[in-house]
Amino acid sequence: MGSDDGQPLIEARGLRKRFGDFEAVKGIDFEVRRGESFGFLGPNGAGKSSTMRMIGAVSPVTGGELRLFGLDPATDGKSIRARLGVVPQQDQLDEMLNVEDNLVIYGRYFDISYAESRKQARKLLEFVQLEDRASSKIMPLSGGMKRRVTIARSLMNDPEILLLDEPTTGLDPQARHVLWDRLYRLKQQGVTLVLTTHYMDEAEQLCDRLVIMDEGRIVAEGPPAELIRVHSPREVLELRYPAGANAEQGPALEGIGARQEVLPDRVLVYADDGEAALSEVHRRGASPESALVRRSSLEDVFLRLTGRTLVE
Amino acid sequence: MTATLPERRSLLGPAVRVFEHHLLVYRRVWKSNVLGSVIRPLLYVLGMGLGVGSLVDDGPRADTALEGLTYFEFFAPAIMATTAMQILTNDALWPIRGGFVWFGTYHNQRATPIDAGDVVTGVLLWHLAKGVLSAGGVAVVLLLFDGTRTAALLPAVVFAAFAGIAYSAPLIAFSASRETDLAYPNIQRFVIVPMFLFSGAFYPIDQLPGWMQTVTRLTPIWHGVELCRGVVHGSLEFVNGAGHLAYLLVWLVVGYVLSRRVFTAKLGV
Ligand SMILES: Nc1ncnc2c1ncn2[C@@H]1O[C@H](COP(=O)(O)OP(=O)(O)OP(=O)(O)O)[C@@H](O)[C@H]1O
Ligand SMILES: [Mg+2]
Repeated sequence: MGSDDGQPLIEARGLRKRFGDFEAVKGIDFEVRRGESFGFLGPNGAGKSSTMRMIGAVSPVTGGELRLFGLDPATDGKSIRARLGVVPQQDQLDEMLNVEDNLVIYGRYFDISYAESRKQARKLLEFVQLEDRASSKIMPLSGGMKRRVTIARSLMNDPEILLLDEPTTGLDPQARHVLWDRLYRLKQQGVTLVLTTHYMDEAEQLCDRLVIMDEGRIVAEGPPAELIRVHSPREVLELRYPAGANAEQGPALEGIGARQEVLPDRVLVYADDGEAALSEVHRRGASPESALVRRSSLEDVFLRLTGRTLVE
Repeated sequence: MTATLPERRSLLGPAVRVFEHHLLVYRRVWKSNVLGSVIRPLLYVLGMGLGVGSLVDDGPRADTALEGLTYFEFFAPAIMATTAMQILTNDALWPIRGGFVWFGTYHNQRATPIDAGDVVTGVLLWHLAKGVLSAGGVAVVLLLFDGTRTAALLPAVVFAAFAGIAYSAPLIAFSASRETDLAYPNIQRFVIVPMFLFSGAFYPIDQLPGWMQTVTRLTPIWHGVELCRGVVHGSLEFVNGAGHLAYLLVWLVVGYVLSRRVFTAKLGV
């Protein structure tokens, strides 16, 4: 792989994407360094896919600057794409071909000879633990298996950067863990990962560093733990009151913890010591139907910064 | 999967990779396809050529009406061109939508060092091959009959395929530019089928009113039919042949340029 001259692999300055009169990405700055795992965390419509497609050198940049490997996607799209692996939001596997042929022909797109491509396909199917499905059709595969085939496909050209658009959305917990494990191995092998997600646990699991996106803008940036430490007290007390009664609790809870958020289905009390806050709630006679103390997460950071929840 | 890159070789352009994708898919369906492309024209040629032929050839104007040919000899070579047109126009409708929407094939290809323009070139290369295959199926049938057993079937196959892509090139631009596939059946019903019926495959177009003859001469299929029939029976003059080919080429080039434009816009949103 190329020499590391300290220059970021991906560099964006004031990056914008406009569709007609609608601006989906409104001027964002970020850098991705070689070997790191970088995430875009944001709700539906935040502009994650639009950003990823610009990074993938398929969607023209409408404003600002974008460089990959120091190259401009507008002029060096082919050479950039030759060094990228892409896992699109939809798998887009070819149902007319079996699993292995899906990979083999994809390797051909990168000018890899048939013999090499077939060898590479077998190796990668082993890597995603699907070697016994090589000659299977696409249709009968589960969602998680299809996702793994797509990841194997994206690795056919030994990419330096792997772009993953919502790698585990719609998968069951077990399938997600299998995928996370594979992605973690890739990271260990030195592949730079860039992924989008609207799951905070995924972002915490996989990303060294992430940006939180909302409505086309970056609202925060940093390593997950740091973002949580900076933007939220250590613990969260979740209180549930009878239906419709959450909003009425405001006065009774005033002053407990550092901050409170009233959601339609629960009240969140942010405090460094959640148990102490709960005792205070009981002492004031505002006892909820149920209560739970947990650690602050990226979800809370997002709520803090945008006033909305990540997953509706 | 780390340091060593697989050996790479670059013989031909990225468009050929798109062609290879089609070939790989075709490998799974070729048996039914090949059988169909021989059996269908066989039934057709037997039913029409011999059936209708037996009526026409004994008719009062049998000697002059068909340029001195039997009805079978007149009609059968033209079927090469009309078959290529029918198969390729079909391929230029739903499968193109599949590449964009249902399977995402073109988007996948575009994510690699293949450009939107390469995709169009590759698809048209494939259509040319498919045209050769389908007109070739008819040629195989024509080899069975004395009146059409000639080496000139070979250039006729090429002419037929060429007429086919003169249709599919502009049609690919059209179908790619649609937001839905609702218009596709109407293209077949109101554009392709009439062209088929008035192509001059079944009767000489001087049987038509003057204005309709003019319209027919503007359709690519008539040029394809004239090329195939003329070359098979050795009556194609160089100047006429070149004229027909040039006319088909115009449709092909215009369609190709339009298709590249549409694909570039659609694959680079
Ligand atoms: N081709 C397009 N034409 C018009 N608007 C578009 C287009 N693609 C995306 N948008 C709009 O841009 C906004 C951002 O979309 P984008 O797909 O980037 O969001 P996202 O963060 O990936 O969301 P999701 O989590 O739903 O995938 C949305 O409002 C979307 O409707
Ligand atoms: Mg998206």
